[in-house]
Amino acid sequence: MSAIFEVRNLKRSFGGLAVSNDVSLAMAPGDRVALIGPNGAGKTTFVNLVTGNLTPDSGEVRIGGEDITRVNAIGRVRRGLVRSFQVTRLFQDMTPAEHVALAVLQRDGRAGRLFGNYLAMPDVMAEVGDLIGKLGLRDQMHRRVREIAYGQQRLLEIAVALALKPRVLLLDEPAAGVPQSDTGRIEQALADLPPDLAVLMIEHDMDLVFRFARRVIVLAAGTIIFDGSPSDVTKDPRVREAYLGSYANAGHAA
Amino acid sequence: MTMATMNDALAAARGNRRKLGRDLAGLAVILALAVVGYLLFPNNLALLTRMTAIALLVLSLDLVTGYCGVATLGHAALFGTGAYAAGIAAVHFGITDPLLMLGCGILGGIVAGLLCGVVILRAHGLPQLVLSIALIHLFHEFANKASSWTGGSDGLAGIAPDPLLGLFAFDLWGRTAYVFGIVLLAVVFTLLRLVVRSPFGMLCRGIKEDPIRIRAMGASPKVTLMKMYMISGAVAGAGGALNAISTQVVGLDSLSFTLSAESLVMLVLGGTGSLFGALTGTIVFMFFEDIVSAANPFHWLTMVGALLIAVVLFAPKGLYGTIAAVATRWREARR
Repeated sequence: MSAIFEVRNLKRSFGGLAVSNDVSLAMAPGDRVALIGPNGAGKTTFVNLVTGNLTPDSGEVRIGGEDITRVNAIGRVRRGLVRSFQVTRLFQDMTPAEHVALAVLQRDGRAGRLFGNYLAMPDVMAEVGDLIGKLGLRDQMHRRVREIAYGQQRLLEIAVALALKPRVLLLDEPAAGVPQSDTGRIEQALADLPPDLAVLMIEHDMDLVFRFARRVIVLAAGTIIFDGSPSDVTKDPRVREAYLGSYANAGHAA
Repeated sequence: MTMATMNDALAAARGNRRKLGRDLAGLAVILALAVVGYLLFPNNLALLTRMTAIALLVLSLDLVTGYCGVATLGHAALFGTGAYAAGIAAVHFGITDPLLMLGCGILGGIVAGLLCGVVILRAHGLPQLVLSIALIHLFHEFANKASSWTGGSDGLAGIAPDPLLGLFAFDLWGRTAYVFGIVLLAVVFTLLRLVVRSPFGMLCRGIKEDPIRIRAMGASPKVTLMKMYMISGAVAGAGGALNAISTQVVGLDSLSFTLSAESLVMLVLGGTGSLFGALTGTIVFMFFEDIVSAANPFHWLTMVGALLIAVVLFAPKGLYGTIAAVATRWREARR
């Protein structure tokens, strides 16, 4: 299947330090890829480079075959490259329904309308109800975000991203900071993501990575040192050395 | 339709009705206060009309500061430009129909909004505040220097508006100007209530809280804020035009840093991010100023300062904001 998302030879240095060193990867619709790596490996820089929040020194980013390297961050979202945030970025005084409605309206080019209210737009409300229902937030739909639990806020992050109907979704640690008791709901939401959506997840929780991903990419010092199946990742000596040492050893001991 | 969707639709309809009720209540309060003001102060309608014009300025400031989080101490630039646009149209171009003068004021306000927006929105926080102060001084100085058009420090006099709709002359007691001002305020208030609840209003509230999140949704904070600045310019320009029509003179004080700062004080006093707050702040501040300055001409500024300190310390959400928060808590406790 042809690539929906492609990164070619992406390079970026800060001073003499290469934080992205010739990174290349391609993803097809429906891919479930986990990007892992130790702290300082360049994962956040990679996300910032592909989302247009940082300019690469060289290299290319393509979505659906179109070169978007010179397209700004907003233009990339409009072309279907959507991200969620590691630290929840939601509007505390707005409700989950308002968040999702705003994303739907923005996607449809109606967010600049000066009159009308989303509550009175049946098509918007139907989509809001559907997404909120799928993510189990119906009871919190009209409560302010500051009043709902953190795990539910993480689910809302995913709902907002999905409301934009992405072609490629970058999930930045979707389960970060969520109590163990609530991670099941997040995992379920990840399992229920649209099958044709290409998903790249950055995650530290290796259990979640192994359950979610069908392909794992390991980044260390700005370079991809492994790109393969989850079953092979722990066997790779470079990965063990760079990142998974203690986890792999623990796995063997068990 | 599933049961859940039906419940959502019912909740949405209830929410809509509640908001419509608040809109009508707000409109009723404005009109009731206008009638009370007319009956209580029949000889001081000029003050009430001035209050109405300033209320439009404070509403306009609330749009950019309260709803979008833009820090500005130069908002009178929009108001003053509207006033001068209406005044110059009348004095230099013979456009003396009050509604056309109002149109000129609105247009002038929009242009000033565009100019100020382009400059102010390039920065954030303190630099933004400094830019706004620089702008109001530039506008003031420009009006001062262009004295052949503006009358400079003598003010632009000789504005003689025609009777409103060809029927109601602007009388010495200021009755026509007062009614004109109240109708204008009611119309603007109603339109703004719709705007702040619209998808655009929601986008602005989002930008105030987190512009990065808004960019990640594919919307441009800068374009949205520019649009809001122009709407704000239209509202402030309408206020300036009302002031020009009612007083029949435009002075440099309408383009001053002092007026900009006072309008911000009024907004904070009433409560930012709420149209009711903007109106409350204007009424309380201007009445307090009028009463206290008459009662004690030597120490009235001290008393105004004391009132502000008291409000900021004990009601940080402003007078209306605090009352609204208490009412919400009370409603939730009863549930």
